[in-house]
Amino acid sequence: MSEERAPRLHVPEPELRPGDDPDFSHVEIPRAGAVRRPDPGENPEEMRDLAFSIIRVLNRNGEAVGPWAGSLSDQEMLEGLRHMMTLRAYDARMMTAQRQGKTSFYMQHLGEEAISCSFQKALRKGDMNFPTYRQAGLLIASGYPLVKMMCQVYSNEGDPVRGRQLPVFYSSREHGFFSISGNLATQFVQAVGWAMAAAIKGEHKLSAAWIGDGSTAESDFHGALVFASTYKPPVILNIVNNQWAISTFQGIARGGAGTFAARGHGFGLPALRVDGNDYLAVHAAAQWAVERARRDLGPTLIEYVTYRAAGHSTSDDPAAYRPKEEGNAWPLGDPILRLKTHLIGKGLWSEERHVQAEAEVMDMVIAAQKEAEAIGTLHSGKRPSPRDMFEDVYAEMPPHLVRQRHEVGY
Amino acid sequence: MPRCRRIWCVNVTKWDTDMARMTMIEAIRDAHAVAMERDPDVVVMGEDVGYFGGVFRCTAGLQKTFGVERCFDTPISELGIVGTAVGMAAYGLKPCVEIQFADYMYPAYDQIVSEAARLRYRSAGEFTCPMVVRMPTGGGIFGAQTHSQSPEALFTHVAGLKTVVPSNPQDAKGLLLAAIADPDPVIFLEPKRLYNGPFDGHFDRPSKSWSKHELGEVNPGYYEVPLGKAKVLREGAAVTLITYGTMVHVALAAVEESGVDVEVIDLRTLLPLDLETLVASVNKTGRCIILHEATMTSGYGAEITSLIQAECFYALEAPLLRVAGWDTPYPHAQEWDYFPGPARVKRAIATVMEA
Repeated sequence: MSEERAPRLHVPEPELRPGDDPDFSHVEIPRAGAVRRPDPGENPEEMRDLAFSIIRVLNRNGEAVGPWAGSLSDQEMLEGLRHMMTLRAYDARMMTAQRQGKTSFYMQHLGEEAISCSFQKALRKGDMNFPTYRQAGLLIASGYPLVKMMCQVYSNEGDPVRGRQLPVFYSSREHGFFSISGNLATQFVQAVGWAMAAAIKGEHKLSAAWIGDGSTAESDFHGALVFASTYKPPVILNIVNNQWAISTFQGIARGGAGTFAARGHGFGLPALRVDGNDYLAVHAAAQWAVERARRDLGPTLIEYVTYRAAGHSTSDDPAAYRPKEEGNAWPLGDPILRLKTHLIGKGLWSEERHVQAEAEVMDMVIAAQKEAEAIGTLHSGKRPSPRDMFEDVYAEMPPHLVRQRHEVGY
Repeated sequence: MPRCRRIWCVNVTKWDTDMARMTMIEAIRDAHAVAMERDPDVVVMGEDVGYFGGVFRCTAGLQKTFGVERCFDTPISELGIVGTAVGMAAYGLKPCVEIQFADYMYPAYDQIVSEAARLRYRSAGEFTCPMVVRMPTGGGIFGAQTHSQSPEALFTHVAGLKTVVPSNPQDAKGLLLAAIADPDPVIFLEPKRLYNGPFDGHFDRPSKSWSKHELGEVNPGYYEVPLGKAKVLREGAAVTLITYGTMVHVALAAVEESGVDVEVIDLRTLLPLDLETLVASVNKTGRCIILHEATMTSGYGAEITSLIQAECFYALEAPLLRVAGWDTPYPHAQEWDYFPGPARVKRAIATVMEA
């Protein structure tokens, strides 16, 4: 019998804090093309290894290699590059707009553009995303107007949600983008319900649930996996592991588990782990999961390994809890640069064309911004009427709300 | 002693002459069956509601009749039940889900308050949540702390929810059908003490059944009792007594025993509230008692009290009185010391008449 010892609380700590030199040598990055691609119909039990590796297509030289390569045409890749560049330019302009006091709040996607922009290309009309606040690429890639997005951020008269929601909490049924909520993880289980409804109705639609690494600790994450595992509806359960939940590193949420993807195994779900900064790998994995859903083979869990290169939001300064240069040291690189390099290597793109495209995209975003600001911003111009405050609480306004509306003078 | 004049005015399209005798359980089950028959989008799910037919038998036979895709068992996860229902409702189905006891709704509270209640508002009507969450509520059954709670105030405080509490089989069926048809999320609280018969708080007397009660007569077809409409169960001139759920029967018994001409109003829907009916009554009687099983502090009675004093201030002859559960967790051994029975209601009537 070994000697007893008083228990000690184990609190995981990130290896590096402000002032330390960024070091990701402990992050195991498999070579591009090294991970096998099983048939989507394969028994989940037979592919447990996929939750402990990283599916990658683009190698160091920007070549697309291995069994997950080739899911996109040249045209689609060029489009994808433009979507990511648009999202980055949009983020930059909205960050500035917030700093200028034109809106109260913003959250950017820096370093995570590939995930939402690429995933959307694997879906079709009628499918529904249940996003978090960091998947605006889904909207951009589905052709949602930038002006409308900005109007939402400005809460002006053009805001589709009538100034009722915090900036970046978009909603578009038509574009398969479920209304965003501030309450973390709630949408994860709702997505499972949406897919259950499609199964009950026997309609060829699927849903995609989205969650961050930190929010996997919420009960709804567990609830979603239980229900997905029980009813096997056509849902894709996406975890975006950007290493950070505000100031909390992912080890706090993950604990001692090997990976977030591995959480799927306890529920009998096939789980993939993907290079989230590789536009081609994200698409290939999404397509694989979509095929499973379309063939009624059940849910898929996907963990996207990425890095939140910027602050959590406009209210956050990451320099307070992590090394300043960590984002640049991230071994999976920059999703835009990686796709750009690939396209140049294929002779479809050039450095000159890229500089030109950056200017074109920025011009387009600035033009949209002018249009949105011509309508109004949070503190000037045309804003939703106070009357709007009382609408849509219920389908029909009950007497007590009518009384309150009258009190406001509308 | 004034003659009791009861009014049975049920707002229905056409009251069938071919009435059936039903308990509240049978009426709720029948409402499900009628709704599911009428609308293929109505789906029923919850813990033990499928094959087994519910721990209170409210969904018995539904799975057999409509198939497993329309009525099915769920894992024991209240947030999962309500969360998936929000997704289904947004898709276009009409989920009518069950939480086994209202006491167990707390894990689903985030989904109810943050999601179901606000979906229409936050998406400006793009996504809606036409769902019903049924939960057995209330005490009087030796259910102790976690089988007796009345959490209605936790729902009436939430913008975007409708909250309904039926007190008899006839209303239960009509209100549930109206709730299922309603485009907004409805919390449907079923007083479990009334499932098999009316209960007036006289726990030492033989229990009654719905078969001898006028309100146990239920139309077997489709009808709605509109949400947001209270019902005057007994007309009176001296005091207005406002209540709902099990306490309706306690109130009626106490009034008969008191000999005072009390007007008894069954709210039926707590939100939206039928303020007009309440104000008209209190303006006539000048006195008002609010009665509920739920704890007193910040209970729904406080809201009614506040509204009535604002609307009827100059008609009031006495302070407004509340009779409610004590501000303690619901106990086991002290069931009948806790449960607001006819004796406490009679004391309140006497007090308000002395003022």
